[in-house]
Amino acid sequence: MNINATLIGQTIAFFMFVWFCMKYVWPPLTAAMEERKAKIAEGLAAGERGKKEHELAEKRAKEVLVDARTEASDIINLANVRAGEMVEEAKGKALEEAAKVKKGAEAEIEQEVASAREALREQVSVLAIAAAEQIIKSEIDATKHKSLVDNVSSQLGSA
Amino acid sequence: MSGENLTSSEYIKHHLTNLTYGQHPDGSWGIAHGADAAKEMGFWALNIDTIGVSVLLGALFIYFFKKAAQTATAGVPSGLQNFVEMVVEFVDDSVKDSFNGRNPLIAPLSLTIFVWIILMNAMDLVPVDYLPSLGQLVGIPYLKVVPTTDPNMTFAMALGVFFLILFYSVKVKGFGGFFAELAFHPFPKVLMPFNLFLELVSLISKPISLALRLFGNMYAGEMIFILIAMLPLGAQWALSVPWAIFHILIVILQAFIFMTLTIVYLSMAHEESH
Repeated sequence: MNINATLIGQTIAFFMFVWFCMKYVWPPLTAAMEERKAKIAEGLAAGERGKKEHELAEKRAKEVLVDARTEASDIINLANVRAGEMVEEAKGKALEEAAKVKKGAEAEIEQEVASAREALREQVSVLAIAAAEQIIKSEIDATKHKSLVDNVSSQLGSA
Repeated sequence: MSGENLTSSEYIKHHLTNLTYGQHPDGSWGIAHGADAAKEMGFWALNIDTIGVSVLLGALFIYFFKKAAQTATAGVPSGLQNFVEMVVEFVDDSVKDSFNGRNPLIAPLSLTIFVWIILMNAMDLVPVDYLPSLGQLVGIPYLKVVPTTDPNMTFAMALGVFFLILFYSVKVKGFGGFFAELAFHPFPKVLMPFNLFLELVSLISKPISLALRLFGNMYAGEMIFILIAMLPLGAQWALSVPWAIFHILIVILQAFIFMTLTIVYLSMAHEESH
């Protein structure tokens, strides 16, 4: 329990340990700790950012979905309208066509009737002449009674 | 008890005697046998046990902390690194709390003081007879295991801190500023001698209080361990276990106090005037 030269030795040892600690222990440890601190802060910030981005993306996706839905319903509506229009149009066209066909058919029929009547008239007149010839052959001369025969034939034609 | 033929006071004395190497009064060099012989050696003698144990513990501290520092990465820390970082962070926080200013020495100094003192104090928790008995077996007559129960150890550290206080006082304030702080405070300049006396006492009391506080606490603790060790075998554990548990607190607390006061004193040395 006396003070002796141990005091000096221990003071030197003390400073040596302090120096060693200051040189080789403290700086790398605190540097590593600082670095980790920065890393963790960065990681946390990145996580926060990612979360925010995710939220934003979700919101955007929802908006896009809503847009798509309204657009789809618009398209369907439009298609419905267009289909109705097309049906109407087709109907109109069909009616028109039908009317045209009917008209053409009617005209043809009329023409047929007219030509048939003409043919009939000619045949009747030939028949009448033939009959008249037979009669007249027996009674009168053809040249003498021509006006009479013509008159009959024209009467037949107007009938 | 280590020997049957020892009386109680001899036992206690034996435990409290350092292994001192020096020059005997008759001129020969050797190990002092007993406290009186050590006293006769005067100042130029060395307490080999104090130096040996403390340097060993200091080397242990440096070894483990250096190992952690070498492998330190910013990634997930391993067990040793985790522990070391915990200690470092604790010391760093203490320094940041009490020390205003920038000095790259303060934090490593505090760390060294804190860990070294804890390690030396913790030697108190080794049962008091283990190491001295082992020493006697291999021919070492005296072995005081706890370096901080040797005033040489505590005063050495306190003196180290005192030198740093003086050094930084002069470095920051200059000789004039430091003298002014001692001489022109707290009373007007006319009372300079009185001021000087007061301030010098308060300055010198810093290392003395540092050293004696640590020494006194550890010495008393060690003494109680020795006294407990003299009880009958069955009764020892009933006292030594609670005392050891309580002593764990003292071990760490004294290291913390020494460190904190060092930081505070050095902080005061860096401040212009108070």
